[in-house]
Amino acid sequence: MYQLKRRFVNYLPNLFSDILKLICVVVFVFPFYWMIITSFKTYGEAIQVPPTLWPKNFTFIAYSNIYNMGINFWQYAQNSVIVTAGVIILQCLVMIPAAYSFAKRQFVGKGIAWAIVISALMIPGTCTYVPIYMVMAKAGLIPSLWPQIIPHGCNVFGIFMLRQAFKQVPDELLESARLDSATELQIVCRIMLPMAKAALITICLFSFIGTWNSYFWPLVMTNNDKYRPLTMYIERVQDADVGNKWNQVMAANVLLVGPVLVIYLFASQKIIQAFTYNGVK
Amino acid sequence: MSDLTLQRQAKRKLNGKFIRNQVFSWALVLPAILFLCLFTFYPMGNLVHLSLYRGNITNPYKTFRGIENYLDILVRRPQFMTTLKNTALYVCMYVPICLSLSVIFAVWLQKARKINNFAQTCFFAPHLVATISSAFMWSWIFSPESSGIANGIIKVFGFNTHNWLGSSSTAMVCVMIMNTWASIGHHALIFLSALKSIPGEVYEAAELDSSSAVKTFFKITLPLLSPQIFLMLITMTTNSFKIFESVRQMTGGGPGISTKTVCMFIYDNAFETNNTLGLAGASSIVLTIILMLITLLDFKGLEKKVHYQ
Repeated sequence: MYQLKRRFVNYLPNLFSDILKLICVVVFVFPFYWMIITSFKTYGEAIQVPPTLWPKNFTFIAYSNIYNMGINFWQYAQNSVIVTAGVIILQCLVMIPAAYSFAKRQFVGKGIAWAIVISALMIPGTCTYVPIYMVMAKAGLIPSLWPQIIPHGCNVFGIFMLRQAFKQVPDELLESARLDSATELQIVCRIMLPMAKAALITICLFSFIGTWNSYFWPLVMTNNDKYRPLTMYIERVQDADVGNKWNQVMAANVLLVGPVLVIYLFASQKIIQAFTYNGVK
Repeated sequence: MSDLTLQRQAKRKLNGKFIRNQVFSWALVLPAILFLCLFTFYPMGNLVHLSLYRGNITNPYKTFRGIENYLDILVRRPQFMTTLKNTALYVCMYVPICLSLSVIFAVWLQKARKINNFAQTCFFAPHLVATISSAFMWSWIFSPESSGIANGIIKVFGFNTHNWLGSSSTAMVCVMIMNTWASIGHHALIFLSALKSIPGEVYEAAELDSSSAVKTFFKITLPLLSPQIFLMLITMTTNSFKIFESVRQMTGGGPGISTKTVCMFIYDNAFETNNTLGLAGASSIVLTIILMLITLLDFKGLEKKVHYQ
């Protein structure tokens, strides 16, 4: 009893701060809650005044409405998956050899090559889309998923981080592998990548989040619903309506945000760790 | 075989190996450089070219205008300057608020306790969500209808309903609130990991000197965080200058063009209005120069003040 009391007294100074913390948490989580709750309301209840914090009749009507709207949800979802996977694979194919060469191989002009790569960081991607669109249009690639994948092929930030991680692999390890007549491919796959796993996962996670959530690039690079990803699906749902049917817009929103949130729910600590990963030292 | 020929042979073999090594090394970095040239450097150069002409996306080089496009956006037509002013205003609101809040959050959640871990997880979640979704969520919250939750809340306190996104005085603030909500967890996380690398002895010494919490924060924590703060300042400023989708969704640039940002101006001129591709090119170049100047100025001005451990 005495111990409990002491613990409580010790805790007391934190009480106020912790209550404030919980209030902040509620404020931060509220938009998600509001989105999900609204998506299960009927339209009438969604715009009711005063708003209800919990749906009176819990329905899936918003979901079935947007599904029967004549917009092919699965096409959008499929595009999102293909583009995201494509970007990550292409980036890895370009990034891993480059990072390896920059980290572990000596060659003439390495400084210049590195300067070229790094200077690309100075050029904002949001400015260069017009010429890229024109190139893609000239190549006849606009009605396809390629314009959403190819321009993101070189991940400079990724090369930078991966090079840093590769540099930490001791040279002796590579020397002994070479003495055992291992090929360069084997060295990269069996030694470098396993040792730089944390960095690689972080980079891929960044690419995944960035591509899955990207809205601007598909907006510019597509002119046909057939090639648009999920981020543009919500807008279509909104467009198709007269006025905003908020319960339906939120239902579409849940479909986009849901997968990411579910993954986060299960792997939040790992994801947070990946985002904290400090490869740049 | 004489010694000499053997030596020569070995040398030639070495030379061959040397060259092969060189070629192989270059071959490994070549794809990356190729991609950069095609999708970063060439477009930048092409943009300069585009900015000197009048045309549209299908026929970009209709008539040569020289620097007329630049004069148009900078001097003759006020639209670009207005959007630039809007964007700068947004940056000036967003960056200080978000930066200071995330430092405060980081210090607040610093101790290894369960509740801090939980709060950190919750604060970070919005960062993973597509900006466009967040924009939709918040435009529902700030909905002008009386059913919007923001209006519901202020009604409880006896105020009149307000058209949050539809009036020029509050629209940009709403966008800023949304973006602060979305990014604060991520920035706090970066500051948290920096805080963890500050050696505990520093704080113990401060405690021995019985320095107050506020004094410790300003004299120890803040200076030791300065490298990260400085880095965040640059990335936040340049990133928020490129704001596009949240504004496009939440306000559409309106009312009027009072919340239209530079990137929206560029997009509209490139794709929406006819024969203004040159203007889009010119404003892209101006934006790029501004971003580079910010980066350089930040480096120059703050270099001295940053405390490196």
